[in-house]
Amino acid sequence: MTELRQRAAREPDAPPEDKVEAVSESKDGETPVFFVAERWKNWWVRGILTLAMIAFFFIIIYLGPMVLMMIVMCVQIKCFHEIITIGYNVYHSYDLPWFRTLSWYFLLCVNYFFYGETVTDYFFTLVQREEPLRILSKYHRFISFTLYLTGFCMFVLSLVKKHYRLQFYMFGWTHVTLLIVVTQSHLVIHNLFEGMIWFIVPISCVICNDIMAYMFGFFFGRTPLIKLSPKKTWEGFIGGFFATVVFGLLLSYVMSGYRCFVCPVEYNNDTNSFTVDCEPSDLFRLQEYNIPGLIQSVIGWKTVQMYPFQIHSIALSTFASLIGPFGGFFASGFKRAFKIKDFANTIPGHGGIMDRFDCQYLMATFVNVYIASFIRGPNPSKLMQQFLTLRPDQQLHIFNTLKSHLTDQGMLTAATEDE
Amino acid sequence: MLELRHRGGCSGPGGAVAPPPREGEAAGGDHETESTSDKETDIDDRYGDLDSRTDSDIPEIPPSTDRTPEILKRALSGLSSRWKNWWIRGILTLTMISLFFLIIYMGSFMLMLLVLSIQVKCFHEIITIGYRVYRSYDLPWFRTLSWYFLLCVNYFFYGETVADYFATFVQREEQLQFLIRYHRFISFALYLAGFCMFVLSLVKKHYRLQFYMFAWTHVTLLITVTQSHLVIQNLFEGMIWFLVPISSVICNDITAYLFGFFFGRTPLIKLSPKKTWEGFIGGFFSTVVFGFIAAYVLSKYQYFVCPVEYRSDVNSFVTECEPSELFQLQSYSLPPFLQAVFRRETVSMYPFQIHSIALSSFASLIGPFGGFFASGFKRAFKIKDFANTIPGHGGIMDRFDCQYLMATFVHVYITSFIRGPNPSKVLQQLLVLQPEQQLNIYKTLKTHLIEKGILQPTLKV
Repeated sequence: MTELRQRAAREPDAPPEDKVEAVSESKDGETPVFFVAERWKNWWVRGILTLAMIAFFFIIIYLGPMVLMMIVMCVQIKCFHEIITIGYNVYHSYDLPWFRTLSWYFLLCVNYFFYGETVTDYFFTLVQREEPLRILSKYHRFISFTLYLTGFCMFVLSLVKKHYRLQFYMFGWTHVTLLIVVTQSHLVIHNLFEGMIWFIVPISCVICNDIMAYMFGFFFGRTPLIKLSPKKTWEGFIGGFFATVVFGLLLSYVMSGYRCFVCPVEYNNDTNSFTVDCEPSDLFRLQEYNIPGLIQSVIGWKTVQMYPFQIHSIALSTFASLIGPFGGFFASGFKRAFKIKDFANTIPGHGGIMDRFDCQYLMATFVNVYIASFIRGPNPSKLMQQFLTLRPDQQLHIFNTLKSHLTDQGMLTAATEDE
Repeated sequence: MLELRHRGGCSGPGGAVAPPPREGEAAGGDHETESTSDKETDIDDRYGDLDSRTDSDIPEIPPSTDRTPEILKRALSGLSSRWKNWWIRGILTLTMISLFFLIIYMGSFMLMLLVLSIQVKCFHEIITIGYRVYRSYDLPWFRTLSWYFLLCVNYFFYGETVADYFATFVQREEQLQFLIRYHRFISFALYLAGFCMFVLSLVKKHYRLQFYMFAWTHVTLLITVTQSHLVIQNLFEGMIWFLVPISSVICNDITAYLFGFFFGRTPLIKLSPKKTWEGFIGGFFSTVVFGFIAAYVLSKYQYFVCPVEYRSDVNSFVTECEPSELFQLQSYSLPPFLQAVFRRETVSMYPFQIHSIALSSFASLIGPFGGFFASGFKRAFKIKDFANTIPGHGGIMDRFDCQYLMATFVHVYITSFIRGPNPSKVLQQLLVLQPEQQLNIYKTLKTHLIEKGILQPTLKV
């Protein structure tokens, strides 16, 4: 009995080796055919679904930012649903119906809060026009807090005598899930608004790293990487790293040429839709770079024309290949901890939506922090909006400070003053 | 055999107590097989009580030793048990209140330090409870990681605060400039290092435990650290925004207790059987009155009313300003029915007192939910008090459980109704923009200010 139990307790990710062996042991002459069929069938299913998902991704990019935002929203809701369902299964808490309502209510509250902040920033002119929207945005924090408080009080009132611990666990589980899933999805949307290239390149790098590491591991894999995921190998890891960096360079070269990817997404009042039309910033203009001596001899060129963005893409792909997998290990550890094979069964051959997005967790935050620290400063229209709410004496003080600063910098002269 | 193995698996003080009968554990084992996968090892039996369906299977966490000072015990040895407890609580309450006054006298910087120490102590208390619940003392890595995460999150929040309020100080020092500019990146890198250490520290047989502690740490950080930083932000707005809310919550605690003690009859909520509706309503009215009076008294002094600023020349905090209209006496005409009561037509009040009514109402009506949440938490994990730091009162968390929501509410209230964004933060962000953007904004600002008449258009000579 213990033997059976031990066999059943094997790692969830292990390939069905025993199935193959059993087949090859029993049917001698027909072994090769069966062996190939079983293993390659799984490979084919995964491969076809991968191509289907990538094609889907391209279609959505073609459809534009609005559809992308909606897709991000749907993915977020599905991920939340998957993790919460796991929580219910772990804690056997289906018989606490209040809690399902509360979890979805908290999801709604947090989404309302985040989307409200985003909408206020980017749709500033639209919001100022409509009276109800203006009030909602002025007291946005207060309204969000009130909504959250209502949920909190409902939770406290719903505590049932014999199930305190369970309810607190589910409360904690919900909040941690919200922290992971909702914040990431909103950072993704912030990145999207910065320019679609900031959305596409990181996500593609993570996907490419996944695929490349798998391929390299498949063909060359020998040394295991980490006990958590026995199928990952050092060869896959390093091969995936180099392949992803090269891929990132090529992809950013291709994409930097097109305005629709490079320009910040803006909401046009007149046409009431999103437009991506602008003068590309310095990041996306070809510049000459001198190749350092040692590479000169290899490639045979003295200078190369690159977009500065490609240098940034190296940083992004490096993060995607080196640190991104930690998100995958975290999810693997989570699945082992709660003894599940996949988060759900939404995608055949791949598992749930969370299985596909586990490496993306950290990527979105990293890109957002990267942009905020190295690329752009704060949003000018948001600053204007904040400025207009200040008191007159504060406005005057800021104006004078700005004036002296600009004069120091030499940006402001008597001539420009008169314009 | 299962029983022995379970007892052997315990460590720390929680294991010293004999575990209760194990029929709960067998049921827990069955639940494991009903879960989504049918893979089971013997190690999972240890988790049977972690995920148990009802609370009855959970062993009680034994209380720590009594910390009442000897001198107090001797002084009260003559009294009966009930009054002795009352006296201890009373003396400690007065001690805490006087300590509070002393620190207010010493100034904003001491208050900030106090808030920081309370936050660290609360974090420590909750994490210790987590260790006891999950019996995870034998995962030493995790204690390090919890404190490391606390440090990271504090660094992130304090960095944001420092950048906003100490703008002049920061501009002077080069290294600080660098730290501020890349603050988010540095904080994120620090957090990531902790995250990767956590992933690398996952040990084969303890995955679930480690994930639980990870989540416990994060939820604790969310509760304690964010609240404490909102408290400090409120403090910088003006000490009155720190004092009046906290005093209202304390007053509500005390007056609800007193009203309940003398008049209490109808129980309020099953979670806290000692609370009564009479105490709740009596506490509400007395807190509103108290808040009103405290606001009146404090609004007179610049020390409490002015935003805390850091002056680079004197290298200290200064609270000196022209009090805003909120803190200037105004005449309000009383509505007719109140006129008859008070026999006056108008009354001089500070506008802030109207806000204090909102603050005290929140403190009395919603604040107690924080207390109920903490009571539920204590029942769920079968502990009497969070810790035994304060004799007669329990741990620091016991005193501060009602304050959770108050700090957030005051902060949201201030940003929504009182002031706009922080001017120095707006300025700092302006200075970070690209020069062309700055020029654009400058021109827009100029037009706007001239339109409003704030700026006189200058004539070119």
